[in-house]
Amino acid sequence: MSRKRRSASKAVFIGCMVFLFVPLAVLIFFSFNENKAPIFTQFSLVWYRKLFTESSSLWTAFFRSITIALAASATATVIGTLAAIGVHWHRFPLKTYVQAITYIPLVLPEIIIGMSLLAFFAGIRMPVFGHSLAIGIPMTLGWLTIFIAHATFCLPFAYMMVLARLDEFDSSIIEAARDLGATEVQTLLRVIIPVSKPGIISGFLTSLTLSLEDFTITYFVSGVSSTMPMVVYSQMYKGGVSPVINALSSIMILGTVVLAFLARRWLKYIAASS
Amino acid sequence: MKGATIGISGITKSFGDFQALKGVSLDIRKGEFFSLLGPSGCGKTTLLRIIGGFEEPSSGRVEIDGEDILPLPPNMRHANTVFQNYALFPHLTVYENVAFPLRLKSIKRKSLDELVMYYLRLVELDGHAAKRPSMLSGGQKQRVAIARALINEPSVLLLDEPLSALDAKLRHHMLMELDQIHDKVGITFVYVTHDQSEALSVSDRIAVMDRGNVLQVGTPREIYESPSTTFVAQFIGETNIIDGTIESSGGRWFVVDAGGMGRVKVTDPRGYRVGDRVTLTVRPEKLRITPLGMAATEDSNSFVGTVDESVYSGFLSKYYVRLESGAVMRVFRQHGDQGEGEGLGWDDRVCVSWNPRDTFIVEGARG
Ligand SMILES: Nc1ncnc2c1ncn2[C@@H]1O[C@H](COP(=O)(O)OP(=O)(O)O)[C@@H](O)[C@H]1O
Ligand SMILES: [Mg+2]
Repeated sequence: MSRKRRSASKAVFIGCMVFLFVPLAVLIFFSFNENKAPIFTQFSLVWYRKLFTESSSLWTAFFRSITIALAASATATVIGTLAAIGVHWHRFPLKTYVQAITYIPLVLPEIIIGMSLLAFFAGIRMPVFGHSLAIGIPMTLGWLTIFIAHATFCLPFAYMMVLARLDEFDSSIIEAARDLGATEVQTLLRVIIPVSKPGIISGFLTSLTLSLEDFTITYFVSGVSSTMPMVVYSQMYKGGVSPVINALSSIMILGTVVLAFLARRWLKYIAASS
Repeated sequence: MKGATIGISGITKSFGDFQALKGVSLDIRKGEFFSLLGPSGCGKTTLLRIIGGFEEPSSGRVEIDGEDILPLPPNMRHANTVFQNYALFPHLTVYENVAFPLRLKSIKRKSLDELVMYYLRLVELDGHAAKRPSMLSGGQKQRVAIARALINEPSVLLLDEPLSALDAKLRHHMLMELDQIHDKVGITFVYVTHDQSEALSVSDRIAVMDRGNVLQVGTPREIYESPSTTFVAQFIGETNIIDGTIESSGGRWFVVDAGGMGRVKVTDPRGYRVGDRVTLTVRPEKLRITPLGMAATEDSNSFVGTVDESVYSGFLSKYYVRLESGAVMRVFRQHGDQGEGEGLGWDDRVCVSWNPRDTFIVEGARG
C-alpha cells in the first residue's frame, strides 16, 4: 500500500473516531460545568447533586424504562427463540410466508409502527357486513401498551439472532438427541436451547438496547407514562439540554461501557466453549 | 439382550413423485455385520433413517426381534445411529457427549462414570474426555459418535457412511477398529456405504442396492464371485461382460455363442436353457494371459487377441486385450505370479484364457 493511501485511510479512521467520540466527550465535559449555558465557567458537581436530589420525575421515567425494557426484552426473547426453533426445524404450510413477514418490522419506518400500534390500541371501529367491529384491542395508553409495543418491535430482532445461530448447526444433532433417548422436551432443554444460547443472549441484549432508547414508537403509545428518552426530549431547549441530563447521560455512558465490556467477554466465553 | 434380528418387508418410500425405495425386503440376522452397499442416491440413507425412526415409510413393515417398531419414536427404539457428519453436541465435552444418553435416565453417578470411561477406553479416547468436539480430529469425532451410540447398549447399531469424511489411510484403520468393536459388543451392525472395498472387507453379508431396489443379498464372496445382475457385477469391482445365446448343453458345461467372439463355456446355467439370451461375467483376475503359442487346455475358455494397453498399478498389472472380434477383455495379473505374461506389452499377440467355473450368467431372457 502506498504511503498516500495509508495516510488517507488513517484520516478517514481519525475522522470517524472524532465524530463518534468527541460529542460524548463534550457531553461528559459539560456535565461538570457550573454554567447552565454551554460555556465553560467552572468545574462543579452541582448537576450531579440535582440529579440525585431534585429530579424525581427523571428517575421515575428511568426506572420505568428499565422495567419495561427488561420485561419486553424477556418476552421478545422467549417468543423469538421458540419461533426461531419452530421455523428452523419444522416444516409447515405457509412457512415461507411466515419467514417473509417476520422481516417486515425490521424495515418498516418506526413512525408507521407507532401509528399502527396506536390505532390498534384505540380499537378503531370498522363497518363489516353491517356490523361495527373493533379492529384491535381498546386499551388505556400507559406502561402496559408501551410494554406490548416494545416486545412487539424487539421480537423480530431476537428471532433473527437466534435463527442465525441455529443456521450454524445441522439438524442432525436434534435427531441424534432423539436417537440417544431424549424426549422432545429433553431435546429442547438439553440440546436446542444450550446450543442457541449465544443467539438468545445477543437477542436479549439487542432488545434491551432497542427498548431503552426507543422514542418514536413509544411516543405514540405512551399516554401519560413517560420513558427516559421522552423526558430527555421534553427537557430539551434551544441549543442544548438541561445539564442534569448531561450528568445522567454521563453515568449511563459509563454504565453502558462497563456492560458492553462484560457482555463481550461473556459472549466470547460462550462462543469459545461451543 | 445382545444383538437383534431386523425384519424389513415391502418398504416403499416416496418423496413427492419420486420413489426412493421401491419395495425393499431384508432379513438381517442377530449380531451380524450387515452392509447396505450401493451408489449415491440409491436409497441407503433413507432405509437406515426408516429403521432409526427419522423417516416414515410410505408402506411396509420393520421389525426388531419380531416387534413392529414403526409406531415407536426414535428414542423408544433399541437402535442407535452413528450419523454421517458425526452430529456431536457442540456445547458438551467428549465426556458429556458420551454420557448424554445416561444423563437422561436416573443412573448413579459412580456407575455413570464407570460406563462412560469404559466406552471412552473402547474407542481409545479416555485421554480426551475434557475436550470439546471442535478440538478433535475427524477420526476422533467419529469415535466419540460410536461410543455415544453404544453406551445405551442398543441391540442394533446403524452406521451411515461413518468413514466417508476420513482420509484413505485413517479410513482403513477405523474400519478395522469398527470390526473389532463389532466383535467385542456382539450386536447387530447395519452399515451403509458406497465403497465396495469397505463392504467386502468387514461385512458378514451385503445387500447391494440400486435405485431403490435390493438387487442381491449375500456374503462378500457370493456377491463378488457370483453376482446376480450385471449391475452388481460392475459395481463390485471391475469385470468383463459378454452377451450371447445358450447354444448347447451337455457333458460338463453349457456353451454360449457370443457372436463374433466365439464360444464361451459356462458350468452353471442358473436355470437358463438352450436358446435363452444371457449376459455373462468373468472377473479380470480370473483371466490368464499367455504369449501366443503356449497351448491352451481343452477345458478352458481361450481367445486370441492383442494387448491394447497395459497399466502398471503397484501390486498388479492391468492388461486390456483386444480380441479378434473387437471386444476388449480386462486381465489383472498380480506380480509374483510365476512366469505367465511376464514382459508382455503393447501390440503383443496373446492368448487370454479362464476356467469355465469362473464365468457366471448374471442376466438372461427366455428365448
Ligand atoms: N427429504 C427428502 N426429500 C426429497 N428427496 C429425498 C429426501 N431424502 C432423500 N431424497 C432422495 O431420495 C434418494 C435416495 O436418497 P438417500 O437415501 O439419501 O441415498 P443414499 O444414501 O443411497 O445416497 C435421492 O435421490 C434423494 O435425492
Ligand atoms: Mg447417504
